[in-house]
Amino acid sequence: MSPINKSANQVTATVISNKRIGVYHQILLEIGDAVRLAKPGNFIAISVGGNYSKMVLRRAFAISRISDRGEYRAIELIVAPHGSGSSWLCNQQAGIELDVVVPLGTSFKVPTEPVSALLVGGGYGSAPLFGLAEVLRDRGCRVNMLLGASTAAKIYAPLEGKRSVNSLKIYTEDGSGGEIGRVTEPIPQIIEEQQIKVIYSCGPMPMLAAISKIAKELDVAHQCAVEESMACGIGICMTCVLPIQDKTGEIKLLRSCIDGPVIDGETVVWESVGKAL
Amino acid sequence: MSTFDFSTKLGDAWFPTPLFTASGCASSGKELAQFFDLKSIGAVVTKSIMMKPRFGRPTPRMAETPSGMLNSIGLQGPGIDAFLGEDVPWLLNQGARIIVSIAGETADEFSTLARRLRGVSGISAIEVNISCPNVENRGLVFACDPDSASSVINSVRMMIGGDIPIIAKLSPDVTNIAQIATSVVNAGADAVALINTLLGMVINLETMKPHLGGKTGGLSGPAIRPVAVRAIYQVKQALPKVPILGMGGVASGRDALEMILAGANGVSVGTASFGNPSAVFDIQEELRKLLIEKGFQSLTDAVGYAHREGA
Repeated sequence: MSPINKSANQVTATVISNKRIGVYHQILLEIGDAVRLAKPGNFIAISVGGNYSKMVLRRAFAISRISDRGEYRAIELIVAPHGSGSSWLCNQQAGIELDVVVPLGTSFKVPTEPVSALLVGGGYGSAPLFGLAEVLRDRGCRVNMLLGASTAAKIYAPLEGKRSVNSLKIYTEDGSGGEIGRVTEPIPQIIEEQQIKVIYSCGPMPMLAAISKIAKELDVAHQCAVEESMACGIGICMTCVLPIQDKTGEIKLLRSCIDGPVIDGETVVWESVGKAL
Repeated sequence: MSTFDFSTKLGDAWFPTPLFTASGCASSGKELAQFFDLKSIGAVVTKSIMMKPRFGRPTPRMAETPSGMLNSIGLQGPGIDAFLGEDVPWLLNQGARIIVSIAGETADEFSTLARRLRGVSGISAIEVNISCPNVENRGLVFACDPDSASSVINSVRMMIGGDIPIIAKLSPDVTNIAQIATSVVNAGADAVALINTLLGMVINLETMKPHLGGKTGGLSGPAIRPVAVRAIYQVKQALPKVPILGMGGVASGRDALEMILAGANGVSVGTASFGNPSAVFDIQEELRKLLIEKGFQSLTDAVGYAHREGA
């Protein structure tokens, strides 16, 4: 068998609930046994629009939280109704069945020692960080979280998520919530004060690039979850590629669906993203 | 137990079923093996391989369109050495049948690729991709000109000898596709693959510039299926004895049957695999069922059935 997509299952998922939280939708999906293979950082590819849809491509969403306990074997998604596919998904109510492929992609590597970690989320990029925070807390890690967005309405920070972090700071560019400024600004100080050993991040590419630079300068490990547009999510379409430099200095275009979405930030050649090589 | 014969031939190459992956939509098979058994379909048609490793075009490389998508990959790939060293042995180990797709910037590059493939055992056929739209110079789309197209096919045929069937993959972006098909068959192609993607463009309304990094891209998906069916029908009419590998927007068994009736001996599934990883297998089983329901004793009986007297 191939090592690629080895955890992936194409299954019928059922919408358990769909709640609007600010500008986002929190959608719980029952996915059955596939839940046991899902880890924070993985994503799900969902067929959208129904049988007679003109939308031929699946939509990829980061898995926010994973629940293998209690009544449901479920995953939580945080979806912004931006385009036609995500808007369709946000309109699906409890009981609706969806064709999904899950789990896909790489996951966040969790430290073996109970270290101090910094989690940085931009916009709804914070979603997968709350699931990660739960895992880190279970391992005895200290979890510091920084969330940023252009405006307060775009901050995703649910009450139950806040319980799994030791400290949470919010930054908005327009000052409508938390501190005014960019989420990357306080990072160097937090690294020093909290003795941060690893940064986990998820959000827009420029934010990930800026954090990678800080992490490299201060010699802190940095795992980022990237967002590239994908047609397939399983490695066959070659549209979601990112320039990655290996230890020998060689640059390769790797697929963010298979070699990501969680990638060592230091290996990404950020200045070449979207450029001809 | 049904005695229905689902097998097909492209030149001298025999396949147990007429369903194939489409080049560039299955990588080299490893990614899809989780979703269905690769040896259960007709063959894996690999992504187009070039001599050297190649980065391809910058991102964004994709735009969804109504019932379709544009791609602008530009033949990213590992080059022939890595392909022969890793991908072909892996596929053979799975028991899969392989059609190797090759692409070159010159007729010489195609010929050199053919020389590298000549001694490799286990390859069922070679697809010569002379119609990728995602190249910098449109003059390099060999399939847009009968002379260029036939010179590439001739150079591959000279190098490969008579043992491995050659399938020429053609572009629908031409005035007379039957004329191009005739020229490649005269140059030594055993079969033709119809159709590659259509050249298209999407403008991004936020940036107000072409959305794709490569500006233009290839249109695929159900939106182009009628174009493919038309091309297959025209070529079947002009060259009734030449096997056709049909593709372009096939997303169900009924779509595949349309191509078979128009004259295709086999059908490749491309973009549908992006939406459904098990599409090739699912469509294969739908087609098998449909052909039996329609009363055909074999796939071959249905090939070109839309051309019969009075049809």
